Amino acid sequence: MTQPFRIKGAGTLPHTRTIQFTFDGQSYEGYEGDTLASALLANGVHLMGRSFKYHRPRGVVAAGPEEPNALVGITRDRARHTPNVRASVQELYDGLNATSQNRFPTLNFDIGALNSLMSPFFPAGFYYKTFKWPAKAWDALYEPFIRRAAGLGEAPTESDPDRYVNRFAHCDVLIIGGGAAGLAAAQAAAEKSQSVILCDENPAMGGWLLADSDIQIDGQTGAQWAANMAAELATRDNVRLLTRTTGFGYFQHNMVGLVERITDHQARPEPSQPRERMWQVRAKQVVIAQGSIERAMVFPGNDRPGIVLAGAAQKWLNQYGVSVGSRIGVYTACDTAYAAAFDLHEAGIGIEVIVDYRKVVDETILAQAREHKIEVVLGATVAQTTGRLRINGMQVKTATGEQKEFDIDALLMSAGWTPSLHLYSQSRGKPVWDEASQRFLPGESPQDCICVGGCTGTDSMEQVLAEAERALGNKPRKFDIEDDVSTDGGIIGATGNSTEKGKAFVDFQNDVTAKDIALAVREGMHSIEHVKRYTTNGMATDQGKLSNMHGLAIAANLLKKPIPEVGLTTFRPPYTPTTFGSFVGHTRGPLFDPERKTPIHDWAVENGADFEPVSLWQRAWYFPRAGETMHEAVDRECRTTREIAGIFDASTLGKIEVTGPDAAAFMNIMYTNSWDKLKAGRAKYGIMCREDGFIYDDGVVGKLSDTRFHVTTTTGGAPRVLNHMEDYLQTEFPEMKVWLTSTSEQWATIAVQGPKAREIIEPLVTGADISAENFPHMSVVECKVCGVPARLFRISFTGELGFEINVPADYGRSIWDAVWRRAQPLGACAYGTEAMHVMRAEKGYIIVGQDTDGTVTPHDAGLSWAIAKSKPDFVGKRGMMRPDLVREGRRQLVGLKTSDPGKVLEEGAQIVEDPEQPVPMKMLGFVTSSYWSGTLGKSIALALIEDGSLRLGETLYVPMADEIIEVEVTGTVFYDEKGERLHG
Amino acid sequence: MLLIHCPYCEADHPELEFANAGEAHIVRPREMSNMSDEDFEAMFFIRDNPKGVSLERWRHVHGCGRFFNALRHTVSDTFLKVYKAGEARPSNDEIAKLIK
Amino acid sequence: MAKSPKATRVLPNQDHLTSNAFVTLEAAPAASRISLRASPRGAAAFAKNIGFDLPAKPSTSKSKSGVVALWLGPDEWMVFSESEPEKSLQPRRDHREYSATDISHRNTAYIVSGSGAQATLNSSCPRDLSQATFPVGACSRTILGKAEVILYRTGKEKFRVECWRSFAPYVWGLLVSGAQDANL
Repeated sequence: MTQPFRIKGAGTLPHTRTIQFTFDGQSYEGYEGDTLASALLANGVHLMGRSFKYHRPRGVVAAGPEEPNALVGITRDRARHTPNVRASVQELYDGLNATSQNRFPTLNFDIGALNSLMSPFFPAGFYYKTFKWPAKAWDALYEPFIRRAAGLGEAPTESDPDRYVNRFAHCDVLIIGGGAAGLAAAQAAAEKSQSVILCDENPAMGGWLLADSDIQIDGQTGAQWAANMAAELATRDNVRLLTRTTGFGYFQHNMVGLVERITDHQARPEPSQPRERMWQVRAKQVVIAQGSIERAMVFPGNDRPGIVLAGAAQKWLNQYGVSVGSRIGVYTACDTAYAAAFDLHEAGIGIEVIVDYRKVVDETILAQAREHKIEVVLGATVAQTTGRLRINGMQVKTATGEQKEFDIDALLMSAGWTPSLHLYSQSRGKPVWDEASQRFLPGESPQDCICVGGCTGTDSMEQVLAEAERALGNKPRKFDIEDDVSTDGGIIGATGNSTEKGKAFVDFQNDVTAKDIALAVREGMHSIEHVKRYTTNGMATDQGKLSNMHGLAIAANLLKKPIPEVGLTTFRPPYTPTTFGSFVGHTRGPLFDPERKTPIHDWAVENGADFEPVSLWQRAWYFPRAGETMHEAVDRECRTTREIAGIFDASTLGKIEVTGPDAAAFMNIMYTNSWDKLKAGRAKYGIMCREDGFIYDDGVVGKLSDTRFHVTTTTGGAPRVLNHMEDYLQTEFPEMKVWLTSTSEQWATIAVQGPKAREIIEPLVTGADISAENFPHMSVVECKVCGVPARLFRISFTGELGFEINVPADYGRSIWDAVWRRAQPLGACAYGTEAMHVMRAEKGYIIVGQDTDGTVTPHDAGLSWAIAKSKPDFVGKRGMMRPDLVREGRRQLVGLKTSDPGKVLEEGAQIVEDPEQPVPMKMLGFVTSSYWSGTLGKSIALALIEDGSLRLGETLYVPMADEIIEVEVTGTVFYDEKGERLHG
Repeated sequence: MLLIHCPYCEADHPELEFANAGEAHIVRPREMSNMSDEDFEAMFFIRDNPKGVSLERWRHVHGCGRFFNALRHTVSDTFLKVYKAGEARPSNDEIAKLIK
Repeated sequence: MAKSPKATRVLPNQDHLTSNAFVTLEAAPAASRISLRASPRGAAAFAKNIGFDLPAKPSTSKSKSGVVALWLGPDEWMVFSESEPEKSLQPRRDHREYSATDISHRNTAYIVSGSGAQATLNSSCPRDLSQATFPVGACSRTILGKAEVILYRTGKEKFRVECWRSFAPYVWGLLVSGAQDANL
């Protein structure tokens, strides 16, 4: 017989479409509209998982997102496997394939359950106590052990093939939770023509109304009323209804994150549909209608499969038409469990007994129990339960101390309801303890946010609806409500005596018992935050939705302190587990980061370049020819450039247009150099420091006119340099008439370097005389290149005769092609960033960020000549005078020559005076740049070394793992020391 | 994510458009060469880190590009006031009033 | 001296075009663009070059005879024109009260139009783009994913998205992705 626990006539599911699914390989049937949990329960399956620490057999306890036990893996294919899915919220679809977790070899027989026998050795704080010594055991023993035990469920091994999307949205009112309160609030807001977003994590609006058989609103059942409200709201243009959508995080200034699950309930999702949509909603007002969550009773043996929350059992019956058993017991401290028992009884299910922890219960309810002929035992506790994979009995201790045994196959429990303060607390609201009702309630709202309904502790439907209307500033309408279920009662903490035998679980998923909490308190954890971390109470994937209040009450009781003094742990996003995919959205692959390419990029691709990333840019690294290694290609590019010419795409360099009558004065502030005497048409190498006196950026600056500078920056430094300049201009020197504009991407920059550089470009240039006499090194001219307005620099980062052609970027490729058509027949080559690095190092030109690290002054870098000492002020002038920056013994940039010329040092390698000294050695400094120089036939290196400028000619050592390399300290210029080639 | 009122755009805009630029109202003297080491240390290195009202600079870097000042409560993240660069620092009395 | 060859212009996004039932994405034609930084007096002086006053209210625009001026900051405007892009707007270059810098090639633009235009942009842009807060004619620098863009609403269901040229493929990718989710 299939679905033996499906109750005919019960529930609101149509029971028309049968759905096939598997759990641990076994096939089952359910109905459309079922959750995985309700369908398994219909088939009599309670055992759905194993606990994390003791591997105890566990059944589903809750019917909502708070479920701690029934975590399963859902597999669609190799790449689509989702671990730790709560069976209580996973909607059933045809072919759903679920597997249990944390068990070996099977769910029924699990070797890991031996941990349970060992439990005396795994007390709270076990990890902290056990894995302390000996230190050697950590690598060999402890870490592998912990790693094996860690983690719940298995992650898929392939990358996620699904699409995720993101949406920023704005609205007047965002309502989180589509139960009675949320629906009423949405309607009230909608009628005031406000833009409304109403979200609910379930497939349909209605919340608890869908499970409540007693309530009548305006002559309709709760479920009918909710469906009609939702249908009416859906017709309005100013309302967006989002089902299957969880408000998972409440951030600053009324920004709320929602995740909408779009395809997880579908058997065959449309490939065009995203799996999930992240909504980042900014609302003028937020209405939180999160409802409340029922607590489990804490008693010995409270974790056997078949023991469920009373409200969950009621929901499974009234919504899904499923009974959790056929001989059911009830253990409660709250009136609501009676309603669940009566509903089941009316559906023909045997209720064996209601054990009520309370001594006194309202007579109306007791009368109803008598009508149902259900035995009620007041002032009693459940002392123990029995049954290995499913509960089969319980021992009850009556008020008089008498022991009673009951044969049961399911046990409903209710310790009362905890208002859900998760989002309220995330909004930085401070929950307030209500002594009378023994619960935390929302206090004042620091943001424009209001809580309504169950999460404020309001129980009566009439008040809930009135509250929702009032939240929107409306006068409450009159609803015709029939609702006679009492919600009185409740307990926090354990029932019975904690010295009793058997484990009374507080946190099911992490296997934290009442005794563990007591132990933590005994061992000195007096703040709830410490108790939580020591015991891991509330730290599982359910974030303590069932356990936090119990843990707090047990600790407070032992500490003999009022609950608010022990404190409430902080609620943090996400409210329920949220996929990484939803956070990533569509920003993956090519949309993860912009990949910037120059206008000449495609030429480099066509010509076989390898690329390297430089900040967000892709730059041509070298251009290997057939059969060439990188080393050979770079050697050839350097040699060709020095002997003939090379062309290089320098478009990524940052460029800033500095203009205005005070431009030179501003440059005097921003750069260490003096700009007063620079003539229009000339260029200069500039150094920019921060106020601390350390090098921040560098670059060549061309003066186009008395009021206009063409400033270049490093590739990666462009945005921060512009920000740095704007900062000083706007906030320190606002009186200056200077304006800044980024032109980095306005210009494509083509460097042509080498003895034949002039011969290559001369025919392309019009409107300028670029002869050696009239256009010397460090010049700039505005002219035309290939008929296009251009800025032509005569500068060199190679030490050769060199030009840099700046042309409007859309012409970059065309003009590069023209240059190449001139260069190629002469035997010139294109070179990449690696050859550029080698050639600049041969000349001792620094690269900011490689030869400097944010603690190097211009003096340290050997650039004292670039500091205009006579200037009254520039950024970094005072900083450079600091005692530590002028002392002796600072690291200074020098060159290194290896005794073995074939030995290329490693960048970053440390340098010492005496390699025989005992470890730890005194490090004098380190290698910043190191290359093989094909031109010189030897290795070259730059290094920062203590008192480097005083050590020229000294022999030092670079100790490596397998050898000690002898080096000689030299100047930083290795090639053409007199700089004659520049002037060709 | 913060919602920040830009005093130049005269509108609330998402934090993603802004960059925090450190503490506000730190005066950089024009004659810095004469500063004592102690004064330089106080000016350049020492910063308040209040639990409460922080006087800070922001730049609407991906908007109008302007630097401006703000009073933000570091516990609630509430902006008590934003004002243009160059405007006077609010008095302690005014700050106390704004907190209320 | 040999006659210099003529260069040809290649836009970074010239073949970009796609559409679905809700939104059309296309590269805007070449334009001449000027980044104007100016004092109040400079703004008035510059206005003579284009024949109309620059917008003074934050996030607003003005246009006349195909020349559009967007307010980007209290001392910053972008002025652009799609007619005769090669004869870009060329006011006197060095002026005591303003700076007019040619950025025709720095920027490139896309046109996003259709009933799903706003949704497409809001897949990556955190701004409230409802007509109440960002009406036709509104403009602003903002963020699209990790790229800085200038949004300019040219119609109820039409936006111009300006970005720096090297960000164009990335911005295009975000728009194409957003367009797939533009039906709601």
